[in-house]
Amino acid sequence: MLLALPILLPLLAAIALLLLPQRRRLRRVIAFVGALLILGAAVAILVRVRSGGIQVLQIGSWPAPYGITLVADLFSALMVVMVGIIGVAVTGSSFSGVDPRREAFGYHALIHVLLMGVAGAFLTGDIFNLYVWFEVMLIASFVLMSLHRTRAQLHAAFTYVALNLLASAFLLTAIGLLYGQAGTLNFADLARAWPDRRTPGLDAALSMLFLTAFGIKAGLFPLFFWLPASYHTPPAAIGALLAGLLTKVGVYAMIRVFTLLFVDPAASVYTALLAMSGVTMIVGLIGALGQHDLRRILSFNLIGHIGFTTVGLALRTPASLGGSILYVLHHILVISTLFLVSGLFLRLRRTTDLRLLGGMYRSQPLVACLVMVPLFSLAGIPPLSGFVAKLAVVGPMIGRQHYVLAAVALTVSLLTVLSMARVWEEAFWKPATDRAAGSAHQPRLDAAILAPVVLLVSLTIGLSVAAGPVYDMATRAAQQLLDRNDYVRAVVGEGAPRAAR
Amino acid sequence: MELLLAVLAGVLYATGLYLMLRRRLAQLIIGLGLMSNGANILILAAAGVTRAKPPLIADPPLRADQFADPVPQSLILTAIVIGFGVLAFALVLAHRVQRSAGSDDIDMI
Repeated sequence: MLLALPILLPLLAAIALLLLPQRRRLRRVIAFVGALLILGAAVAILVRVRSGGIQVLQIGSWPAPYGITLVADLFSALMVVMVGIIGVAVTGSSFSGVDPRREAFGYHALIHVLLMGVAGAFLTGDIFNLYVWFEVMLIASFVLMSLHRTRAQLHAAFTYVALNLLASAFLLTAIGLLYGQAGTLNFADLARAWPDRRTPGLDAALSMLFLTAFGIKAGLFPLFFWLPASYHTPPAAIGALLAGLLTKVGVYAMIRVFTLLFVDPAASVYTALLAMSGVTMIVGLIGALGQHDLRRILSFNLIGHIGFTTVGLALRTPASLGGSILYVLHHILVISTLFLVSGLFLRLRRTTDLRLLGGMYRSQPLVACLVMVPLFSLAGIPPLSGFVAKLAVVGPMIGRQHYVLAAVALTVSLLTVLSMARVWEEAFWKPATDRAAGSAHQPRLDAAILAPVVLLVSLTIGLSVAAGPVYDMATRAAQQLLDRNDYVRAVVGEGAPRAAR
Repeated sequence: MELLLAVLAGVLYATGLYLMLRRRLAQLIIGLGLMSNGANILILAAAGVTRAKPPLIADPPLRADQFADPVPQSLILTAIVIGFGVLAFALVLAHRVQRSAGSDDIDMI
């Protein structure tokens, strides 16, 4: 039962939010409490998975290959905890004010539908069900992105919708072909059956189809163009939600499907993924250097760092995959924080264009200190979490003698430092521009807009301090993923599957 | 029958892709629709077509070729419903984009 909670709770919250009267305060409280409950359920799942191994829930008590299974291994559990954290931060930030028009059109309910889709995608043990959760998540994000009137926002939303629909068509094609050959859709059953049923040609074609479908969603080179065209337009809280969670669902799905199905480490798809990850890092960061708008810089940084999260899968060792999992966790926290920070800039100066910002260190010294943490964590300055995560990704590359790749990753880290230092310099150190100085009133930041940033920053610091235990957990999650036996045994096991709770 | 369905799926994919590359909003959407229908046909063809047999297992159990596999049918049904909803949304969005841009050329918007 516990495993269904991260899906049921946001569903109930969304229904309540749609049915209840249009009372702003009430809705915000319900959305926030709902997110807190999701976080609570997610932590409970993580605790149980850590102590009791992989948790399985057969929906409706249908035994494994026939019904839909929810599975939480360490990787899933960690990701669901991140859903809870980002959910709390984003719903919390709505207390500081949301466009009333957006709120009237179901802003809070849509956020919960999105959280439900993401949590469902992380927990499902069935590949078609994964497709359905993808669609739930996408339709919610479509509506959230297009709840605007301005031309730029509409066009960004359209690009986003068209590319994601194309990715869904690819995914559906791959699932259809997979079912035709394997005769099952359950992940664990597929992992058992696929090695006997596969033919080299079909294996290659399917893996490339999955790579394309998930690559579009994750934002890998050369499939990322929709991302910087759309992520800078929605309001900061939505940007944080999309940037933090949505691309990571693509990464998660890629890791899940590839570790279970495509077990041959010499397969051409892994060479392709390795090359794509490397180029993604370079292109993302070089793109970031050419931008002046903070949110565009962040979008390109988001793409560049996606490369770090997929490279571990391409190398297929527990150490490298563990490094990538740690990187995913770190990156979700930091990039969401930075998108929320762009909301602070919007509140203070009504712009996120770095050329028009400046002098914030003088006017807002505490905010500057707060923002310093995610900026330099993303850049990978020790002792922050970004440094640990980068070390965990690059270390195994050197161990496996991928020196070129390691050199690329390190150069890209340097470019990130450059990019983040530029944000810091332009927004905080530079003297205030005429325009900013000319505006007589300096808006004050209320506690409600700062609290989510403070929460995420303290979690980033927490992740830096507790990097050792979290890295151990990520490595164990990677071992579970690569070994597959635990997963298969837990779901379809010998004899009766583990009792549903 | 499989051959016919395979060819049909291929034609739908090809037409969909061609329309998507035409840089017009309406054609992009029609292309997406054709492609998702192509995927539906592909699921049917890939899973194997059993003619004129119910998707039920009788008692005593039948051999595998004596009943139709119900799973691809339910997959397609789900995919059609999702595709319909998403396509309807995309159409409305495209309409609003076209109205705000005054053109349906993708390069102009």
